Amino acid sequence: MIEEFFSNWILPTVRVSAPLVFAALGGMWCERSGVIQIGLEGFMLVGAFFAAVTTHYFSNPYLGLVAAALSGLALSWIYGVSVLRFRANQIVAGTAINLFALGVPPFLSKVWFDSTGNTPPIPGEAQFRFTPLVLMGVSILLSVFVFSSTRFGLRLRFAGEHPEALKSAGVSVEWKRWQGIALSGILAGIGGATLSTYLSSSFTRNMSAGRGFIALAAVILGKWKPVPTVLACLLFGFTDQVQIRLQGVVLWGESPVPVQWIQILPYLITLLVLTFAVGRSRAPRRLGVVE
Amino acid sequence: MKSTWYASFRSFLRAVAGAALGLSLGLLICKLVGESPLKVLHVLYQSSFGSGYDFGMTLFYTAPLILTGLAVAIPLKGGLFNIGAEGQLTVGALAAAWAGVIGASIQSPVIAVVFATSSAFLAGGLWGLLPGFLKARQGSHEVITTIMLNFIAAGVTAYFTLYSIKDPVSAQAETIPLPEAFHLKPFAAFNGAPMGGLIFFLILLAVGIHYALWKSSWGYSLKALGENETAAETYGISRGRSWMSSMFLAGGVAGLVGLVEVLGNSHRFKIGFSADYGFVGIAVALVARGNILGVLPSAFLFGILQKGSASLDLETDKITRDLSYLIQGLIILGVSAEDLWGWIWQLVRRKK
Repeated sequence: MIEEFFSNWILPTVRVSAPLVFAALGGMWCERSGVIQIGLEGFMLVGAFFAAVTTHYFSNPYLGLVAAALSGLALSWIYGVSVLRFRANQIVAGTAINLFALGVPPFLSKVWFDSTGNTPPIPGEAQFRFTPLVLMGVSILLSVFVFSSTRFGLRLRFAGEHPEALKSAGVSVEWKRWQGIALSGILAGIGGATLSTYLSSSFTRNMSAGRGFIALAAVILGKWKPVPTVLACLLFGFTDQVQIRLQGVVLWGESPVPVQWIQILPYLITLLVLTFAVGRSRAPRRLGVVE
Repeated sequence: MKSTWYASFRSFLRAVAGAALGLSLGLLICKLVGESPLKVLHVLYQSSFGSGYDFGMTLFYTAPLILTGLAVAIPLKGGLFNIGAEGQLTVGALAAAWAGVIGASIQSPVIAVVFATSSAFLAGGLWGLLPGFLKARQGSHEVITTIMLNFIAAGVTAYFTLYSIKDPVSAQAETIPLPEAFHLKPFAAFNGAPMGGLIFFLILLAVGIHYALWKSSWGYSLKALGENETAAETYGISRGRSWMSSMFLAGGVAGLVGLVEVLGNSHRFKIGFSADYGFVGIAVALVARGNILGVLPSAFLFGILQKGSASLDLETDKITRDLSYLIQGLIILGVSAEDLWGWIWQLVRRKK
């Protein structure tokens, strides 16, 4: 009974939550440092693409993971230059990053594979089995520890909360924000890699399908704290599970619930939870404020 | 007065320079994969202006972008980011098609078009009002709620298309075709491109909204709110009312995309008809730097990009229409980088 529950509900929920957890932790670090992060979706998409391409060429998913982290980092660097160096509006620049990232995979896959946005499948033996889940556990534990018990975590939080205090202590606020942005690029890129090399075996066009935004919603729902953020991701992963399970099921009447209603379930729940359950969720005090 | 003119002229110049920089970077990327930038430019030009038909098609791509650009620019005046134009236009377009099903017996084209227009406006408007209401009432961040509502709109409209007003004859996922009275006539000079007098209506709409923002107390309140929330509230301006009204107007305007697509082009609602008009609308509004009249040339620029990039698939070996996403992203980055020109200026001076 318990084993069945584990293999039917818990494991699948944790599996589909993995991309969200990585991206949301990245988003949390970035927003805690005082920078709004709308671009998670773009980092995930680019990460998923480069992970699939690298794994396809080298038959090694670990290299794919590294490629995903690096590509996420590269894209987050562009974002950092825009918002920190050139003081672009953060929501505007994040939207630009997402649009740009939407174009990268089809553009490169046309050049490399003469396809319009899909990559060749990864050989079965090069697909991840459990590693992403282990990595996810490590990331969660590290995030919790660094967040609450290290000087780095404390200073990064101060950059989003009381930058003046950080400045008077002689620490560069801008550098902390660079670090926050870089973490979001690396982690969301890895989240993308789990999409293409763990949950499926190739990159398909626009495969992140809004998960970056759901991850951001999880950050807000989790009140910018690591454990609640992870729990919010698991909640979304669970609704995704329910969504998959409900397809073709007859709940009432004679015909199954129309698939269109089921597919909007995760988004509807996000909307409802954000609206009614968050309560007084307080953003970092200087989130989005240009210093 | 001179100083404000000067400031807006400078802001205009900066937008143009930023867009040019973004476009150049995009062409540089083409160069890197071995495609000549001049050829890409030539394809873009020929495909947008090459013939009466091509120009008509460019305007056909421009029209929805004017509407979605306005839908982003209007709430922006009050400090709200409407990422939800995609959902609002989908709901509006379905409403326009549904009006044709309900009003199938209407003979007069005037009544038919007015009926479809108001349905599209109302449906899109209500879809936009919802995030405005949630923001005013619960403080839910509009960026997240509008994105969620985009996904929900896609599901809901797909459901109604397939289960309520599906065309029983067609094998595609599309609604019952509109009766003749609902069709908008295209200009003959465009040789079959589906665009007619509607484009002038859209220009008038933009001018009208511009005046409403500058000459009415509604517009004054909204702008005051966008510039300084606390000060505006001290003067007794209601945040909730301004936000909700601006989001209703924005959603309604986005819903009018139904006129362009359903009444003007396919004469029915097709699932997934929108070429990301709602998202490109964000780019359109930002390149216009939130200026309502600036949306018109900006939408035209992106219309050229959309029409032109469709030809890149055929005319070049290595570049697809997806190049337009890259270029759009780069253009927004170029336009939004506030300190870019000051930084370049400093570099130049230091060199000397």
